[in-house]
Amino acid sequence: MVRVLVATSRPKIGSAGKTGTWRFRRPVIDYEKCNACGYCWMFCPEAAIVFYEHMEKPEVNYDWCKGCGICSDVCPRDAITMKKERLKRRI
Amino acid sequence: MSKLVQKFGTDEWVLPGNASCPGCSAVLALRHILKVLGKDTYLVIPASCSSVIQGVYPRTASAIPSYNVPFASAASAASGIRHALNVVGKKGTVLAFAGDGATYDIGLSTVSGAAERNEDIIYVCYDNSAYSNTGVQKSGATPIGAWTTTTPTGREGWPKDMPLIMAAHQVPYMATASVGYLNDLQRKVKEAKDIEGFRYIHILAPCTTGWLFPPSQTIKVAKMSVLTGFWILFEAERGMIRLTGPSKRLKDPSKREPLEEFLKLQDRFKDITPEQKKALQEWIDFQWTIMHWKMIEYLEKQP
Amino acid sequence: MGKIELLRGNYAASYGAKLSKVQVITAYPITPQTSIVEVLANCCASGELDAAFVRVESEHSAMSAAIGASAVGARVFTASGSQGLLYMAEGVHWAAGARLPIVMAIVNRALAAPWSVWTDHQDAISMRDSGWIQFFAKNNQEVLDTIIQVYKVAEDVNVCLPAMVNLDGFILSHTVMPVDIPEQEEVDDFLPPRPPGAPYELDSNNPMTYGNIADPTCYDEFRFSMHEAMQYSKKMIKKTTREFERKFGRNHGALLEEYRCTNDAEIIVFSMGTMAEEAEIAVDILRDEGIRAGSAKVRVFRPFPTEDIIRLSNGLKAILVIDRNLSFGLGGAVASEIKASLYQEKRKPFLRERVMGLGGRDVTAEIIAEEMEKTLGMVEKEEEVVIYE
Repeated sequence: MVRVLVATSRPKIGSAGKTGTWRFRRPVIDYEKCNACGYCWMFCPEAAIVFYEHMEKPEVNYDWCKGCGICSDVCPRDAITMKKERLKRRI
Repeated sequence: MSKLVQKFGTDEWVLPGNASCPGCSAVLALRHILKVLGKDTYLVIPASCSSVIQGVYPRTASAIPSYNVPFASAASAASGIRHALNVVGKKGTVLAFAGDGATYDIGLSTVSGAAERNEDIIYVCYDNSAYSNTGVQKSGATPIGAWTTTTPTGREGWPKDMPLIMAAHQVPYMATASVGYLNDLQRKVKEAKDIEGFRYIHILAPCTTGWLFPPSQTIKVAKMSVLTGFWILFEAERGMIRLTGPSKRLKDPSKREPLEEFLKLQDRFKDITPEQKKALQEWIDFQWTIMHWKMIEYLEKQP
Repeated sequence: MGKIELLRGNYAASYGAKLSKVQVITAYPITPQTSIVEVLANCCASGELDAAFVRVESEHSAMSAAIGASAVGARVFTASGSQGLLYMAEGVHWAAGARLPIVMAIVNRALAAPWSVWTDHQDAISMRDSGWIQFFAKNNQEVLDTIIQVYKVAEDVNVCLPAMVNLDGFILSHTVMPVDIPEQEEVDDFLPPRPPGAPYELDSNNPMTYGNIADPTCYDEFRFSMHEAMQYSKKMIKKTTREFERKFGRNHGALLEEYRCTNDAEIIVFSMGTMAEEAEIAVDILRDEGIRAGSAKVRVFRPFPTEDIIRLSNGLKAILVIDRNLSFGLGGAVASEIKASLYQEKRKPFLRERVMGLGGRDVTAEIIAEEMEKTLGMVEKEEEVVIYE
């Protein structure tokens, strides 16, 4: 049988691999200061900050977060700081 | 529960873990556009950053049906898809998501043709003012004095005014937007969704890789581009222009931030010469002069 | 049995598309193809044909709009030629790689520079590596019939490749010939609607991305699959030709159309397009003189009918190949491909190649007969072959 092979790709989270390994700084949310305004969630280009209906405060998904720092820049309460990522040695 | 989250919705059509640069405003723009347009959207992607952002076969970061097309073809492929959807009876919005290179330069005739035929598509140009995907070469949208790999001493000459070109086609809806003002962007996409015919949305998308600023500054650069008057937020229906968002109060030059506030954020303007800076300011003032006359025209036509 | 009308080749192409119930037509005019799109515009405006007619602003857009429309699952038709075909070259390759069964009528016209509006095959030949199935028609009846047949071949679930139907500019496009136009019901019976989901359909209920980057570990397989489909399409073309003959009583040949290529033939002339019709008259002239001549029209140039050519050349004294195209620095395309097909054969006939008819220069039956006689003369003397005088 002749194959008709077409370049069809399926939607997949992490299509470029584990992009969390790209970062060298990670955002850390100080939940005391956070007032759950949603700005960090809104401005994250990666949708790496999750904030579903049932959640009280947003959370960073470190699997995909690339460490750009936009969330830290836009937070009106300065509740997000970019901490140095612990680069693990890979053998 | 945040009001913002309720307003924008938690559906994600651009999946995380894609190949975009950290801090990419194109992906941010697409994320929010698709939140408005939803599941029944057919995405047309010409050669651009987005063709790479999707990722490599067999995976893609797009959760809606997407079609990759040649560089110049976004608007015409989108037209073909639109007509075929009508013929086979499928409903949905057709969205062409093209960069400034595909819109201003190689695809200009295509976009113009689709606008003239009033094709029922939404054409979004995300403008990072250079051929970013191939390594930041100068495009028709590059501003005066900006560094690119093909204008190492700063771009000479004026860029094309694509929003006005599109408005001059008398299309049903034309709008400029910025990723710094996502409420304004959402409103414009919502308005475009309900109109039939050729809708054009032009989003200034600051590019951390091409404009040479740290990725965390993307939103700041986007906001400053509007607040200095460099990027004007307006919309037009059939060529009748009106200002929107922060740009409304910036008609008065004294209300604008000094241009330096925008230039100092980006290393691509690091070596801008005084003549180029002067020319850039002249260009900005000229855009506002046009806006001034367009606003008078708009106000005259009001009942 | 349909009604017989006097039709120009362009009208025959339009009627073929109309009878095939195409759903989206993307149209940009170029001499000598213009009347194809004009007739279809009339058909759509009058309601005779229920199709979307997109008046694009360039041939490049014509092909990209066709690609978009075909990706959704519609049956698409477009037409071009010469400069237009080259302007859409990027899209031509794209459509084949995207496995979309678009059908395009190409009205062959010589390429600039310098400007010429008359016919030759250089434009179609320049697209031979694109992955499109290429048919060449020799009369207007064949134009109409081939378009209907080609949809069946291209849309087959095992083929899924675009196809072009070539007709000589002005010689066919603007010349009036009697054409038997089949009834719509008969064509509907022969040609069902496009099979759904072949090769894919853009659908928001099944979101996929088509054509994103394929790295070196997999790109190769996609391209080989196109080659496999092309080879398979030879079978489909033969099958479809037989079915068409059974239903409509007409046969224009499958891959080759053989005329008086008897077992004892001494010389066969290979040509494409209207030259093949002239070649048949030349064969009759020679047969009357006692020379056992035959003509083989290369109806399908891609996929190249290698097996049929090998079969025909068995026991043959000489072959004359007439090309209406020229690959500068090598020679005519049909000749070089026939030579390539025969390379492995232990006994090859003497082969003479001639490039004629470029830019619309007339190639008559008398000229072809003369060339064939010359060829037979050269066989005895084993003269050196000069392809272009």
